[in-house]
Formats: sequence, structure tokens, C-alpha cells
Amino acid sequence: MEGAEPVTKPPKGPLPPVAEVPSVRADRRFLAALILLGGTYVVLLVAMVAADLFYTTPGHLWHALGSPEIRYAIRLSLLSCTLTTLLSLWVAVPIGYLMARFEFPGRSLLDALLDIPIVLPPLVIGLSLLILFQTPPLRALERVFPVTYAVPSVILAQFMVACAFAVRTLRTTFAQINPRQEQVALTLGCNRAQAFWRVVLPAARPGILTAATLAWARALGEFGPILVFSGATRMKTEVLPTTVFLELSVGRLEAAVAVSLLMMASAVVALILVRTWGGLGPHGRREGVRVG
Amino acid sequence: MISLRQVTVQAGGFHLREISLEIPTGSHTALMGRTGSGKTTLLEGICGLRPVLSGSVWIGGRDVTALPPGERGIGFVPQDGALFDSLTVRQHLEFALELRGWSADRRALRSGELAGWLGLTPLLDRWPAGLSGGERQRVALGRALAFQPPVLCLDEPLSALDDQTRGEMVAVLKEIRSRTGITLLHITHNRSEAECLADRILQLREGRLES
Repeated sequence: MEGAEPVTKPPKGPLPPVAEVPSVRADRRFLAALILLGGTYVVLLVAMVAADLFYTTPGHLWHALGSPEIRYAIRLSLLSCTLTTLLSLWVAVPIGYLMARFEFPGRSLLDALLDIPIVLPPLVIGLSLLILFQTPPLRALERVFPVTYAVPSVILAQFMVACAFAVRTLRTTFAQINPRQEQVALTLGCNRAQAFWRVVLPAARPGILTAATLAWARALGEFGPILVFSGATRMKTEVLPTTVFLELSVGRLEAAVAVSLLMMASAVVALILVRTWGGLGPHGRREGVRVG
Repeated sequence: MISLRQVTVQAGGFHLREISLEIPTGSHTALMGRTGSGKTTLLEGICGLRPVLSGSVWIGGRDVTALPPGERGIGFVPQDGALFDSLTVRQHLEFALELRGWSADRRALRSGELAGWLGLTPLLDRWPAGLSGGERQRVALGRALAFQPPVLCLDEPLSALDDQTRGEMVAVLKEIRSRTGITLLHITHNRSEAECLADRILQLREGRLES
């Protein structure tokens, strides 16, 4: 436009080199501070794992795996975690779907209630289960089907915590599936149940696998509620965290570290699975975006 | 024919009250109006996805007000297509037919025919995640048309498409109408699209329908 003045005039003389521009230096200091602060935690994490690894030897690991008590604990952990995962999905799928799709009175209250196992101290969950099983109806049940201080109590204690994580994951999963898909399915001739089975559940597959893995990993690490509700009886209610506790309490640090490494390896595998399944589409392929 | 008799539906914080409308068989009607005027709500009321508080909805001379969405005989194409993430294009085209108990041979014949019309034949074994915007909308159209409904309701089906794809989709919609004689109700914000496709343009203003 004729006669219009430029808003900013270019500086006279040569431009300063990029490294000397004050904002670039400030950015570098800011980034350095971020790396330093975050790096401390990462270094601590790696050092912790490395210390465990260097403390033990393959001989310790082999010896630990040869112990009948530890083998029993591995078997019970695998069995109880798998059952806990299946039970958690059985409950978390309907709760997650209901919470993601429906408005009803008391929904916020229920939402807060479902988070209780996540925020409650683990020992308190164990204690609460123990007290619950002292009530007359459940004492009557125990006469026919023993739960407290028996294997079912291990599964129930793991389930109470692991299920809360599965519910949280699946609620987010279902909320992310466009409800229009179900509506279209209804116009095509589905009833609500058919729309759920044919459209929603297949679309939720990666989320269901993630929830299952999280529940499994969470159940594997559960200790507090099991200690209170199931006790720590060798060859009876002993799961891997109980083994670590029992070996430590008798001063066998090598065995405790060997079992800890076993649990650490399981946790790493679970993490890798969660990340892999989290990035998959509902038909088992990596999600990609096509433009055009 | 679509007929609305004194229909009242709730739209967010307000009501669309006593809407009456007659859409003749085989015609293409465009419904326009500002964002939030209740166009989609009215369409959902017709399709059975939102409760009609009073009045009645008639499709082809049949009162469908109390019927579930799947028994109204309406094909519905939402704005973003809302394709089913876990199904291939072929499975989309056969979805409604499988629900109706069609044999595999009949389903294959029908999905092949639809894919031919809509230019989807090379895409039949693809997943929604790999489709472009225009391809997605053609799949959504095919899925809605597969069970040969007498009425097709479209909610801004062309709004997210580029000009060239939009032109192609306009041609597809015209061809569908001439081939099937279906009754179309089509929500759009684009006047030139409405003028190009529709026999009649209705405006929804402050809860009232105006021609």
C-alpha cells in the first residue's frame, strides 16, 4: 500500500550470530534445567534396577527358582493373577461402558467410589476385607467355602485393586469410541446388545487388552491386602511379593533380590505389551492417518 | 414419504415444538439452519435416535413414532461417516444384510453391486483407518443403502470434503436418487450444494420450519 509505514524496521548493521541471541541462550538454560530435574529421577530409576542386577548372580536366580516354596509362589501368582484379570474384565467392561455412555442419578458418586481402591492404602483394603468376612452372612459362606487365609482370599484381594485400574482404562476406552457408531448400528437393525457386541466391543479390543495387562501386572505386585487378608503362609497363600517379604524377614537377601528381578522382568514385559496394544487399531494393525 | 405431525423433540437446552413437515416420495429435501438450530436433533427424532416428546413420525404411510430405529426403514449417514473401526469396507456393506439373515451369496451379490455404483470395488478389503474422507463417506452411504430403505437421512455428509471430492459426492447422490427413487432428507450448511441437489430447501429458524 502506498505511503504505509512498515510496522518494524529491520535492525541496522549485521545480525548477531544465532548463539549470541539472548532468547536462544535462555531456551538452552531452560532445556538444561528440565533435563537436569527430570534426569535425576531417570538416573535413580536405572541405578535402582542396575543395583539389583549387580547384586544377584545367575546362580542366585537358579537357586531361587529351584526352591519348592518359590516355585509354588510363582505358580500361585500366575494362577491368581490370571483369574483376577478375567474377573476384572468381566466386571470392568460393563462398568466402563455404563459410565462412558449413560447419565444416571448418582453417577458422580459412583465415579468417586470406583476410585477408592486406587487411592486407599493397600493395608486398609486388606483390613476392610477381613472385617467384611467377619459379618454373619460371609462367615456362613466361609463354613462351606473357606476364603480368609486361603487361596480365594489372594484372588479377592488382588481383584479389589486390579479391577479399579481395569475400570478406569475401559471407561476411557469406551468414551473414546464415537457413540454415533452405535447409533448407526441401531438404524441398520441392531438392538443395543447387538450394537455393543458387533460394533463397540471389537472397537474396544486394544483397550481391553491394555486393561487386562494392567490388571495382571497390578495383581502380580499386590502385597498389602494379601498380607492382611490371606496371611503369609508358605506353600499356601504365598505369592511372589510374599516371598520377597518372607525371604527378607529371614535375612536371605539374595533370594529376595532374585524374586524381585523376576517380578521386574514381568513388569517390563507387561509394559511393553500395554504400549504395543495401546498403539494398535481394533483389527490388530498399527493406526495410521491418511490425508486426502 | 416422510411426514412429521406436530412433532416436539428436546434439543439440548431447548425444544423444537410442533414441527410439521411433508416430504414426498422420491424427492430430495435440504434442511438448512444455523449451528445449534436443532437440525441434527430433528433428524435424530425422525431416525428414532432421540425420543419424540409429542406428535408422530410417519414413514411411507406407517406411524413409526414408537418403533426402534432399526424398524423404521431409514438409512442414516452421519456427518463424519461413523464407520465401524473393526470392519472392512465389504463387512460395512453387508452389515445390515447379515442382521436380516441374508445368505452369504446374496450378501456378496448386493455388496458387489453397491461397491460398483459407489466406486468401492478396489477398496472392499480395506479398513476404515486407511480410507480418505470421500471414500469414508461413500462407504457410509453404501452401508446405509444396502438394505434398500425407502428413506435416506444425511447429516452434512459433504461438509468435511475438499471441493473436488464434494463434486464427486454430489454426482453420487444424484445417481443414487435416479437409480433407487429413494426419499432424501439432507442437512447442509452449503446453499449451492442444497440448490444443486434438492427439490426443496427448508430453513430451521428459532424452532420453526420455513420454506
